[in-house]
Amino acid sequence: MSNEREMSPLARKAEEFLHIFRKGEEFTQELLKENERLRYRLVQLDEEQRAGRQEEDLQIQTLRERVGLLEEEKERLLQRHREVEEENKLFASRYLEVEEENNKLANLYVASYQLHSTLDINEVLRTVLEIIINLVGAERFAIYLLDEKTNDLAPVATEGVEAGDLPTVRVGEGILGDVARSGESCYAPEPQGVRTLDPQQPLVCIPLKIKEHVIGVIAVYTLFEQKQRFTNVDEEIFSMLAGHAATAIFASRLYGQSERKLMTIQGFLDLLKQQPEERA
Amino acid sequence: MTTNGPTFLIVEDSPTMRQLIAFALRRIRGAKIVEASDGVDALRKLSGQRFDLLLVDINMPIMDGLKLLSLVRSDPQYRQTPIVIVTTEGAEEDRKKGMTLGANAYLTKPIQTAELLKVVQDLLSQKTT
Repeated sequence: MSNEREMSPLARKAEEFLHIFRKGEEFTQELLKENERLRYRLVQLDEEQRAGRQEEDLQIQTLRERVGLLEEEKERLLQRHREVEEENKLFASRYLEVEEENNKLANLYVASYQLHSTLDINEVLRTVLEIIINLVGAERFAIYLLDEKTNDLAPVATEGVEAGDLPTVRVGEGILGDVARSGESCYAPEPQGVRTLDPQQPLVCIPLKIKEHVIGVIAVYTLFEQKQRFTNVDEEIFSMLAGHAATAIFASRLYGQSERKLMTIQGFLDLLKQQPEERA
Repeated sequence: MTTNGPTFLIVEDSPTMRQLIAFALRRIRGAKIVEASDGVDALRKLSGQRFDLLLVDINMPIMDGLKLLSLVRSDPQYRQTPIVIVTTEGAEEDRKKGMTLGANAYLTKPIQTAELLKVVQDLLSQKTT
């Protein structure tokens, strides 16, 4: 006490300063500790962040790889889809082709069935006319048969034109005669829209032949208004007619001849049977 | 097994054409087909049986297709029955005449099977809806 009282103002100030300094020192010490702690925490956080970033990077990398795989899968699926679409188009077009072929075969079947369904020459010729009208769409045409004795082609059945208006043609003369001689079909180069009839200039002339033996020809002069040109199907019908119509015509003619001969023989036999009775 | 398919009447003088049309129509499930060779034959068959659709040619002996068409349309029983004309007559005035008399469709020969089937199936589906 006495010391305090004895202390000079300077010494008191020094004591106060010292006291403040000590407080400051303590505070600085605390600050340093806090700083140390914070730096340590910062290092910890840095490490944690680094570890987190690495994990994130890993996850991002994994996700990127997954996205890449999915992209590839998507591309593969799109490619497959395009392929399937192409296949579908191909199948649809193939289906149409098969349908068309089926229809064509059905028509050819019906036509050949009808041709061979009779042994009457007139019915056979009518069937040939019907096939050419209904399946080909021909308006004016004629069937010529070959007379092997005279070597002439004569019209025996016609449509849209009178047989009397058509000439008899010698084998080897004109288009019809050439077709009969060669056995090869002849198509006019540009038949579209032809409406006039020239007996020597058919749009198409096809031989009726049994193997290589020509028995006649079919000459088409004009087509219906709605039929502009011949198609591949028409060529197949003509090709079918060339063989089947020839066979049907030939068979029916032979049958007719044999029928007539049979009737003559039968008549003769009847006559022979009657004569003894009459004599008696 | 029986199916209740449509019944067709084909009126056509050409046996070949009747066969061709019948062959095409048989592709419709359960289709029943009756054939008539001219208009009079068709009228006889129409009086004895009910048909879902008629296919009629124009040029026929005894009674042609247009006469048949007008007679059929005057009968209340057949006023709504679809009729398809199948003919060689391709001129526009013939088409107009056929449609005016009551045909539902007009097809010219040579017919395309696919087209015929489409027309027939469209008319049958319109009839049922």
